[in-house]
Amino acid sequence: MQDSNNILKEVTAGEYKYGFVSNIETETIHRGLDEETVRIISAKKNEPEWLLEFRLKAYRHWLTMEQPDWAHLNIPPIDYQDIIYYAAPKAKDKPKSLDEVDPELLKTFDKLGIPLEEQKVLSGMAVDAVMDSVSVKTTFKESLAEKGIIFCSFSEAVQHYPDLVQKYLGKVVNYRDNFFAALNSAVFSDGSFVYIPKGVRCPMELSTYFRINTANTGQFERTLIVADDDAYVSYLEGCTAPMRDDNQLHAAIVEIIANERAEVKYSTVQNWYPGDKNGKGGIYNFVTKRGLCKGDHSKISWTQVETGSAITWKYPSCILAGDNSVGEFYSVAVTNNYQQADTGTKMIHIGRNTRSTIVSKGISAGHSQNSYRGLVKISPQAEGARNHSQCDSLLLSQTCGAHTFPYTDIQNETAVIEHEATTSKISEEQLFYCQQRGISTEEAVGLIVNGYAREVMNKLPMEFAVEAQKLLNISLEGSVG
Amino acid sequence: MMLEIKNLHASINGKEILKGINLSVKEGEVHAIMGPNGSGKSTLSSVLVGNPAFTVTEGEVTFNGKNLLELSAEDRSREGLFLSFQYPVEIPGVSMVNFMRAAVNAHRQYKGLPAVSATDFLKMMREKRAIVELDNKLASRSVNEGFSGGEKKRNEIFQMAMLEPKLSILDETDSGLDIDALRIVANGVNKLKTPENAAIVITHYQRLLDYIKPDVVHVLYKGRIVKTAGPELALELEEKGYDWIKREMGD
Repeated sequence: MQDSNNILKEVTAGEYKYGFVSNIETETIHRGLDEETVRIISAKKNEPEWLLEFRLKAYRHWLTMEQPDWAHLNIPPIDYQDIIYYAAPKAKDKPKSLDEVDPELLKTFDKLGIPLEEQKVLSGMAVDAVMDSVSVKTTFKESLAEKGIIFCSFSEAVQHYPDLVQKYLGKVVNYRDNFFAALNSAVFSDGSFVYIPKGVRCPMELSTYFRINTANTGQFERTLIVADDDAYVSYLEGCTAPMRDDNQLHAAIVEIIANERAEVKYSTVQNWYPGDKNGKGGIYNFVTKRGLCKGDHSKISWTQVETGSAITWKYPSCILAGDNSVGEFYSVAVTNNYQQADTGTKMIHIGRNTRSTIVSKGISAGHSQNSYRGLVKISPQAEGARNHSQCDSLLLSQTCGAHTFPYTDIQNETAVIEHEATTSKISEEQLFYCQQRGISTEEAVGLIVNGYAREVMNKLPMEFAVEAQKLLNISLEGSVG
Repeated sequence: MMLEIKNLHASINGKEILKGINLSVKEGEVHAIMGPNGSGKSTLSSVLVGNPAFTVTEGEVTFNGKNLLELSAEDRSREGLFLSFQYPVEIPGVSMVNFMRAAVNAHRQYKGLPAVSATDFLKMMREKRAIVELDNKLASRSVNEGFSGGEKKRNEIFQMAMLEPKLSILDETDSGLDIDALRIVANGVNKLKTPENAAIVITHYQRLLDYIKPDVVHVLYKGRIVKTAGPELALELEEKGYDWIKREMGD
């Protein structure tokens, strides 16, 4: 039983509590994007020639593209030449042990509740911490290696496992895929790399914690997860950023590959700085996440709790290529004040007897706009495909907007597709009923919202569920009454 | 005196419903408030518990020496005022266990007590639901969702048992109940009765008062208490209806 009451009580101030700036010496490169920028990034990372070529191809392709404008978002013009594309905490060499890591950096992650000292981690979660453009420290690397599991920063993977990286990079999300994917492919800085070998069940949750610290920088991380035949891994991603008046760009790519009978569970608690009450500042979150169920009976499951960012543009998707493969998408998206979110999923059914489930819970408050956008595509050869979609919207104010854009493209008549959608509000009667029992309005909203989102929250790993529940309450403070 | 209402006037959307209520309730007493439809019975209970839909335009209410009208709805609850709703609202997704835990701990915090432990809380839930014969599925069910009419009312009395209020207002708790449910609900209320607490029972009909014995019976008519007497008044109303009251009032 979860102690919602205590959780709620801990939440006292409605402020974004991760908004501090760390005083860490940072190395940055010049503003703006040109071929030189791409070459500098690649050189700083001591990359092989093929990767530089990959970046340059992506960059040249990006030049031919336009920023997409089909989403239900009002995106102010972004000056791509005014962004710093690489920033890294200064360090002489890659630290070999925790003692060599800048204590300010350790303090930062400690403040965020991410302990990097392994003896402090009780829950048995391995963490890769990424500050600005660089991975700071990956915990439990050695004990995972005993099982043949590779969990390291993307840059390290390029150095130590170039063949694996080259084999899978860009295979799920091509650099031509979209504007932001092309941009990321050109300038991506760091991120996490996971490889689970055949038949291995990863014994602990793998987690990456992303932190933007330096002003005027963009964060372009790249995550690649490969689960080989019969492998299993559960992966978590968390993110925060300081409060700043300027908008900052975040354009990440996550690629997942699940081979025969492999299963990957990917959970995100996205809490980038959302901007202030008047909509000033905040992160622009333009992310491409896609998983390929390559093998038969493979499964990829996305769970996301999206509470942060000024603008979110994100559609974690599954390509169900293997026969009997399964794709899942569970989402809670909260928007408050002037936040905008256009998020959802794509389920592309290609193999036979493929199944997908979509559960989307949108919660809108203040003057925010919250859209679900989803595509269920059944290819001609996808015999016996099934999809169930459920899209619910909860409105907490008169001035917010909730929108649903479900698309279906069915080219095989054996498909069974179900779609349910609801829109609801928290009624005055519900709030008063809670108050009459002694529960304050704020707490009542928290209870009702968490109840509404329960189906998705239950999918999160325990360690994250409590955090996410708190986050929901913080995000909505002051939104009712 | 536990509750003292003096010259209470209240309105909704500019329409005056209560037109000068005077009522005093002592510890250990059960008061019945009867009256025809539209006389202001439910408005009185709503105003006492601080329903924001109503506006108090005149008068005073003290509850255990405190100015009740100055308190927020949640603080009135924490001070020991409980309403058994006529139409309990459904709250989908919120389990009874989470809901009650939030309520009980809010009350405890108000009194400066630490939050109740999970074990003690579940034990308490078990004991109290037995009073109204609710089964162990209650804890995991969402608040009032999919409850039958009788279950909703039993759930109200269960919550009353959990919160141990000083003054309980039962707003037409008998409406929509069959005779078995009525007996369970009334027995529950009687079991919770102590010399230190009090109850106001709002009802149309005598039948609830066969089970819950009132000390005082009031008749509310057109926003005023027009008659106050002992339990025999309820029997008289049952026999003669409300017409004679109306005639007495010159209508």
